[in-house]
Amino acid sequence: MPKLVIDPVTRIEGHLRVEVEIENGKVKDAWSAGTLFRGIELILQGRDPRDAWHITQRICGVCPVPHGLASVLALEDAFKVQPPEPARIVRNLIEGTQMLHSHILWFYHLNGLDYVDIISSLQARPKEESLINVKNKISTFINRGQLGPFANAYWGHPAYRLPPDLDLLLLAHYLQALEVQLKATKPTAVLGGKWPMHMNTPPGGLTKVPTIQQIKSFLYIVKELQDFVNTVMYQDLLTLAPFYLDWANKGRGVGNYLAWGVFEDRSREPKKRFLPRGVVFDGKGQGEDAFPAEVKEHVCHSFYESKGPLNPQRGETKPRFIEYSTQESYSWLKAPRYKDMPMEVGPLARVLVAYLSGHELIGKEVDSLLKQLGQEGNLEILKSVLGRIAARVIESRVIAAKMEEWLLELIEELKKEKVEVYQEYELPKESEGLGLWEAPRGALGHWVQIKNGRIANYQCVVPTTWNASPRDDYNRRGPLEEALVGISVEDPKRPIEILRVIHSFDPCLACAVHVIDPTTNEIYKIRVI
Amino acid sequence: MWPIQLKKYNRREFLAYCGKMAALLGLSPLSIPQLGRALEEIMKKPSVVWLNFSACTGCTESFIKSECPSVSEIVLNMISLDFNETIMAAAGENAENLLESLLKQGEYYCIIEGAIPLKHGYGRIGGREMMEIAQRVAARAARVIAVGTCACFGGTSGARPNPSEAKGVAEALGIEVVNLPGCPVNPDWVLATLLNVLMFGKCPELDHLGRPRIIYGLKIHDNCERRAHFDAGRFLDVFGSEAAGKNYCLYKLGCKGSATYSNCPLVKWNGGTNWCVQSRSPCIGCVEPSFWDNFAPLYERLPGVRVPGVPGIKGVEATADRIGATLAAATAAGIGAHIIGTFLREKKVRKKEIESRKEE
Repeated sequence: MPKLVIDPVTRIEGHLRVEVEIENGKVKDAWSAGTLFRGIELILQGRDPRDAWHITQRICGVCPVPHGLASVLALEDAFKVQPPEPARIVRNLIEGTQMLHSHILWFYHLNGLDYVDIISSLQARPKEESLINVKNKISTFINRGQLGPFANAYWGHPAYRLPPDLDLLLLAHYLQALEVQLKATKPTAVLGGKWPMHMNTPPGGLTKVPTIQQIKSFLYIVKELQDFVNTVMYQDLLTLAPFYLDWANKGRGVGNYLAWGVFEDRSREPKKRFLPRGVVFDGKGQGEDAFPAEVKEHVCHSFYESKGPLNPQRGETKPRFIEYSTQESYSWLKAPRYKDMPMEVGPLARVLVAYLSGHELIGKEVDSLLKQLGQEGNLEILKSVLGRIAARVIESRVIAAKMEEWLLELIEELKKEKVEVYQEYELPKESEGLGLWEAPRGALGHWVQIKNGRIANYQCVVPTTWNASPRDDYNRRGPLEEALVGISVEDPKRPIEILRVIHSFDPCLACAVHVIDPTTNEIYKIRVI
Repeated sequence: MWPIQLKKYNRREFLAYCGKMAALLGLSPLSIPQLGRALEEIMKKPSVVWLNFSACTGCTESFIKSECPSVSEIVLNMISLDFNETIMAAAGENAENLLESLLKQGEYYCIIEGAIPLKHGYGRIGGREMMEIAQRVAARAARVIAVGTCACFGGTSGARPNPSEAKGVAEALGIEVVNLPGCPVNPDWVLATLLNVLMFGKCPELDHLGRPRIIYGLKIHDNCERRAHFDAGRFLDVFGSEAAGKNYCLYKLGCKGSATYSNCPLVKWNGGTNWCVQSRSPCIGCVEPSFWDNFAPLYERLPGVRVPGVPGIKGVEATADRIGATLAAATAAGIGAHIIGTFLREKKVRKKEIESRKEE
């Protein structure tokens, strides 16, 4: 049976290998594997626990904020300290900018080029001056013969369906979004020193009371982001969707969804977070609560020694490399399961959990979008490649709007007579902590164990470990593998359909492979074996 | 070519940008028009091959946060970013073929992000060891530039116990490399270095660790906005304390600025928006080799530094000198050799300064 290996998968973070088996032009089976080893969990052992939130930000330079914050939550849990109100709000704000940054960058720069043909845009006949300028700019660029990042792609593939005028419009927004993604991270630098790797949210609270100038800059940028998300990105989704509506029936995956929830409110309860905690199981479920004790990591098809599935609180990482074989072990990712089931995490999971939990804002957004696509009430179409794109746009709108409220909430806090932003604590000799949070790509958990005042064990279960996980002990595929099955591939030499499915999960491999300990990880090119 | 008419910003903004770059490159303001001409005259965009090894992609992320020039300006008009897995459209075999043709063409600038794992099999792309790829691509490059502390010195990947035996590019390949450390690298540092190479046809003067002196010749402590408080013996003991609004020195909260060499306080981050110490976070010394190990715990003060306000120390310069000297002694026991190197050099410079002042 012909096998297709895509490697390196680009426009993702990190190195990913995807292998698919094709029969009669359709994917019959799929295997996804992460590769490079760094061993951040091993590096964390024996260190001062307070350093962990800096080091874990380096798990992923694309989404450092949620790693830092999940780590801070785990440490505060272990230190038995609760940060004051302004700290909670500032963390929400920083997380919010990270979500917007990531979604905008993904929508245009990582995922967008699977749907927008840059070369075709040269045939556009724009009337507006701004678009004429973009066309001139891009023709000069292309005619110079140095295509840079646009070289050697699948341009001209029949799967690109936009008319040239729309290709040009989306390309113009691609360029505009380059500036906007930059702007989206700026508020984090305003409060946190720099981006990536912000500095101002140590365990216990904040380093500094935000000043009114900082809040003003933050608010100004949030307004701009709202404007972009609502008037450009949302419209672009509505422009794209009719041409690619068949992708609303493709790449469904496992149909189970998990979210730990993100953005704490005053109560600090996970179920009451702005985007709440919950699970949805295939075909049923009303977004019921999710519990970390139900998480176990399987390693049967990963390169680790196994005593059977373990909860991360007692998790271990014992490498055992044997030759890559899709029949036996083939990935350095573990396979996390919830109640023994593979779960999709990410914006779609968060949106579905929120929708089914009766979230007012998300409910309104989802209903209105489905209506505009002529699919009123058809929630099932969201469980697809197109649904994952839509979920990111919906989430961006809702978060951008909410951030303005948080800023006003912060101003109220700062009006108080005595403003506390940091709570002192004593470093415990022995303790344990758990931090559950959400990265843009999905549910994120940090588990820490402290002994003799030092980190004894640190385990992270990250979004891409869930989504790109290999088969588990019951031989069930991970969400990405499952989503690939059944996908038609028109031209195996230019498998753009497979890229669309992979990119819909926005995999982030630095994240996912931080635990692995390979002795040989091969990454192949796309080639037909 | 760098055609100004295609730019979004106008002539004035362009000159402002040239001014900023002139400052970074250590040129006099008189050279600004000349700099502008030089930029316009660069006819063919230099080809850049950006490789990702054992990294978190934070340096790519940081690079695309460049504000002046903006990233679209850089990618469309300034350089030809011919290979970068994070943003390039091509994937799989197409991406590999692209790299092969770039190799044939040669004379590109090779930017490397991430450390190189030396342990056999711990890092491979396309079935090849990262080490082998790095050697191959570096051999045909006009210049190899290591960005970020991982690529320069091992960084996060190489932190103790360094499970993958990750090393910086220069050490792993045994070649001369321009090192631009930082976790992440500051985009202005990358652009200043590239511009220096393009304009003067040579790389900026490097120190003993391969770092451009124009960027890494300055100690954070010496240019820090909180320095006066250090000299006056005013320190913050806790975050959010009473003295919070007063910008006191962060040394006691663990600031490593007195042993860290970079121009962060001058250039700042995210287009001059802010920097770590300004957000009242102690510097973690992220540009220095082995900073995760040598500077840990991050929230504990550097050992062996005599703090001003303590009897027996007089005057600003004497204080700073004493701190340099004590630290150098402390480092001999454990901290890496480079810190000693930089401190010795620093001491020499300082000694000269003091002597010349005496003469006056």
